[in-house]
Amino acid sequence: MDFKPLLLWSDILLWAMVAGCVALAFYCRRQDYLRRAWRRVGESGVAMSSATILAAFVSVGLLDSLHYQPRLPAQEGSTEAQYAPEVLSALDALVADLRLNKEKTYSAPLATHAFAKETMERDGVQTRDYPRLKWGGAHLEDVAGRDSDLARRAASGAFYGLLLWAAVVGVAVGLMALARGAPYGATCRTVWQPGTAATRPIAWRAVFATLAVLSVIGGITAAWAAGYHVFGTDKVGQDVLYLSLKSVRTALLIGTLTTLVTLPLAVALGLIAGFRGGWWDDAIQYLYTVLNSIPGVLLIAAMVLMMQVVIDTHPEWFETAAERADARLLALCFILGLTSWTGLCRLLRAETLKLRELDYVQAARAFGVGDARIMARHILPNLMHIVLIALVMDFSGLVLSEAVLSYIGIGVDSSMNSFGTMINAARLELSREPVVWWSLAAAFVLMLALVLAANLFADAVRDAFDPRFQWRARRVVKKVAA
Amino acid sequence: MSGPDVRHAVEPLLEVRGLIAELDTPAGVARAVDGLDFEVRAGETMALLGESGCGKSMTAGALMRLLPDVGYIAGGSVKLAGRELTTLTEAQMRESRGSDMAMIFQEPATSLNPVLTVLQQIGEVLATHRGLRGAPARARALELLNAVGIPDAARRLDEYPFQFSGGMKQRVMIAMALAGEPRLLIADEPTTALDVTIQAQVLDLLARLQRERGMAVLLITHDLGVVARMAHHIGVMYAGQLIEQAPRAAFFTRPAHPYSKLLFDALPDAARHGRGELATIPGSVPPLTTAFTGCRFADRCPQAWSRCHDEAPAWHEAGEAQRVRCHLYDPAEAARAVPLAAVASQVAADDRLPRAQAPLLSVRDLKVHFPIRRGVLQRVVGQVRAVDGVSLDIRPGRTLALVGESGCGKTTVGKAILRLIEPTDGSVSLDGQDVGSLSRSALRSLRARMQMVFQDPYGSLNPRMRVGEIIGEGMGALQQGGDGVAVARLLEQVGLRADMADRYPHEFSGGQRQRIAIARSLAVQPALIVCDEPTSALDVSVQAQILNLLGRLQRDMGLAYLFITHNIAVVEHLAHDVAVMYLGRIVEIGSVDQVLGAPRHPYTKALLSAVPRADLDAATLPQKLAGDLPSPADPPSGCHFHPRCPRAQARCGTDAPVLEGRDGRQAVACWFAD
Repeated sequence: MDFKPLLLWSDILLWAMVAGCVALAFYCRRQDYLRRAWRRVGESGVAMSSATILAAFVSVGLLDSLHYQPRLPAQEGSTEAQYAPEVLSALDALVADLRLNKEKTYSAPLATHAFAKETMERDGVQTRDYPRLKWGGAHLEDVAGRDSDLARRAASGAFYGLLLWAAVVGVAVGLMALARGAPYGATCRTVWQPGTAATRPIAWRAVFATLAVLSVIGGITAAWAAGYHVFGTDKVGQDVLYLSLKSVRTALLIGTLTTLVTLPLAVALGLIAGFRGGWWDDAIQYLYTVLNSIPGVLLIAAMVLMMQVVIDTHPEWFETAAERADARLLALCFILGLTSWTGLCRLLRAETLKLRELDYVQAARAFGVGDARIMARHILPNLMHIVLIALVMDFSGLVLSEAVLSYIGIGVDSSMNSFGTMINAARLELSREPVVWWSLAAAFVLMLALVLAANLFADAVRDAFDPRFQWRARRVVKKVAA
Repeated sequence: MSGPDVRHAVEPLLEVRGLIAELDTPAGVARAVDGLDFEVRAGETMALLGESGCGKSMTAGALMRLLPDVGYIAGGSVKLAGRELTTLTEAQMRESRGSDMAMIFQEPATSLNPVLTVLQQIGEVLATHRGLRGAPARARALELLNAVGIPDAARRLDEYPFQFSGGMKQRVMIAMALAGEPRLLIADEPTTALDVTIQAQVLDLLARLQRERGMAVLLITHDLGVVARMAHHIGVMYAGQLIEQAPRAAFFTRPAHPYSKLLFDALPDAARHGRGELATIPGSVPPLTTAFTGCRFADRCPQAWSRCHDEAPAWHEAGEAQRVRCHLYDPAEAARAVPLAAVASQVAADDRLPRAQAPLLSVRDLKVHFPIRRGVLQRVVGQVRAVDGVSLDIRPGRTLALVGESGCGKTTVGKAILRLIEPTDGSVSLDGQDVGSLSRSALRSLRARMQMVFQDPYGSLNPRMRVGEIIGEGMGALQQGGDGVAVARLLEQVGLRADMADRYPHEFSGGQRQRIAIARSLAVQPALIVCDEPTSALDVSVQAQILNLLGRLQRDMGLAYLFITHNIAVVEHLAHDVAVMYLGRIVEIGSVDQVLGAPRHPYTKALLSAVPRADLDAATLPQKLAGDLPSPADPPSGCHFHPRCPRAQARCGTDAPVLEGRDGRQAVACWFAD
């Protein structure tokens, strides 16, 4: 075998979460009220658009979570297979060009020459000038042809992107037609013109439109990336596009794994506090009030630094640097989770207080149903919409807090790519003259896209699960002829 | 409108012609108001009567142009004093609201802003419509509060809504509505959320204000008793349409439409006392998204024939100034115009059980006090005496009705009997077994013997569980199986179909949900069911179905009911014995004939006379009860009722009377009982 698969702890958790989501989806299909609420999410164009963008981010993150160690060339006289200490992922393999083609140092986006002058020998004379990049635009005979080359590549990239899009949409509509048992043409029409159907259809049109935009952008980027550094390079000459793509996984992990810690804490404590009342309630309330009163960053900083000492004093725990960075990431998720469950817990406690007085809970008690069973069967299912909304809303907050923590140096391991470390590096770059702006810009654009999509999606989820949900009237109020 | 009518002498104030209002719901466009024609004259009360879901409130919303987000007016005209309202701009409409017409709502608790004082809220209207600010506004607000009968108005102007009781809040609401001096007052179920004694006060107030000011009132209600008391003219709504219009006298002597007749027959009252079955209207109001072809009531009408299903009926004259939308009154169908057959299913001989039987449930001196805690250390500074020494007996197969105003502790009694609330003192024994001293596990087996049916059929079923699971839960918890067969049998027993077990509660109407709740409590084969206002959230026709069901189950299975209610008519129909509660204590207890026929306690008398009757004799002046129920945290000394009692003397304020009966008459707690 040419490689050895390696499962990091975060990979295991992430894939377990994916499996959990699939299981949850099947559960939702069977539960009538959940199915209806999710259907309302599907009916919203904005929600489906942002879900498509999120799905693109998630697929990058998942590709980056298939780790392996490549096999080293066999050494003389050894039959034992040797594997590189470096841990790579499927994403690394896909974008090997970006990863391997490094420059010496900074270069601007789509540049052909380096960002700083260098002393070099030309025609036997020592001059200081901007050297040609090793890879960016190296295929160009004449630098003046760069713009036309870019335009040509953009056109072909967009074309291939659209081609791919058309194929995907064609197959998707075909599957839909098959599922509905409707002719292909009719299905196309209903997808493109939902019109005034009695029931609001799933907003496939928004999905396909978003996919079109994504494929065009992806196609152009891919075409350019084959010959240039699309987002430039950083201080050590690494491609910024590659760094940004690698950061996506970190952001997703922080945003999702943290909830594995917050959720059990918030749900269990909130339920018990609300349902049991009395001393339980007092104790839990004091606990979260105290936790809330400690400045969050301080608490996190203290815990992260302690954890770092532990990791540094036990190098034997980790075989590779990747594993060490991974352990640190998980610890960060854990710490963030420990400090961020209070808000949800408070919400759940309040809702439980309300629910436990409802007649159906009273009726269950009149049957002598036990407390644990009442909580599980009568209260928890009626809280799930709050949990779900909180999860989706918290996601963007957690992604942002990772960036902040990494910026102040208590976030993820410095060897791990994340938006926070990119921003941290940009601190020095922005003080240079001329300014190196592209690292920050790349991190900014990708984070904006991710967080905005997550927020819009969260909005739609909240609306759909709102019991007072009402569609706005589609028809304009007709003027009445007096 | 046509027809020779003296009322035409006066120009109508409000004239509605062909009004159509629609709602764009996920299920399709619902035409909640479909071609409404009616008019209201100054000084006159027009009542819109109908079950929930008939479009009554949507009509009010359309008149005020205050429809929900998904609603819009799709056609027709609304003229107020000759001015077309549907074409006004929103800004013009805002001016009209409050000054030309005002509205009071059902729930006084939520229609006042809790963070503004009463003066600020009335002042807002005065500033907008009358241009009054500062001292003149205060003076005017004071006048208004005096006009609506709020005692000590000068001080209460600066109080917040939470400092007012429910009835007082509704008075404030009325004062606010009057502040703009409207010519038309729309009252949307103005007394539905209030107790009967308070309802009587508010209705009197509305009638007096109307006389004084010559206002037109559009009264929206489902209560025939309120209509009988208030209305001059009545419009019956069904599924978005008016189906009958009549003056009060004609309507109450000869209701014309089969639906109106059935509404009267479905009302429980003393006339049919003896536990006969009430007339019911099968089914429920059709969803308004339906595209109607024939008469909208045809599916539920006992007199419908093929024409009713095929052709929508036009208006026909049914008497002087009485018009009805029914084919029966078509002159061409004169042969069919036979009166609706009287309800045949009178249950024969009274099924009273021998009186000597040992009581099934025996409650002695039950007390439930809730501690009031204050301060950091949560010290107990007082007690809310929700239930303060209640004793009662229920024999197998009989019904004891527990009657009283809200806040008198009747629900707490029910829950304390089931130990859903731990009693503070006293004893409850079922079949001679003391419920209060049982351990948790021993209590569980006793749970099968007594069950509860709750008031709100929407809150008492877990929306996340299927009907089958809901019904099976009790059987499962008490180890009685709970398989599909048992659930199916129970569903059929309460008049539902067995295949409904797989559905969720939201797919059912209120009446069906209450049937499911009853099936759930029947599942464990109890001997006693505590029914906590099981019909108060339901429409009259559905209430009749549930009362019939409860009566049938009692006869078939020998169930005993503790029936908690404030609805005297239901008591007359269903109960064998009655206990009247006031502020945590029983003031009168005895058989239904004794207590309702010859009440001895002044409170019982006042309560009975405050009930609006659905007949024309409603004019008899009720014995009015002043003031509100005092707080159970600080009950009056002596007899709790003495501050409101017309007969109170010095002794009543110091000594509490004990409940005692003499000469075979009902027991009563009053020093000066009849």
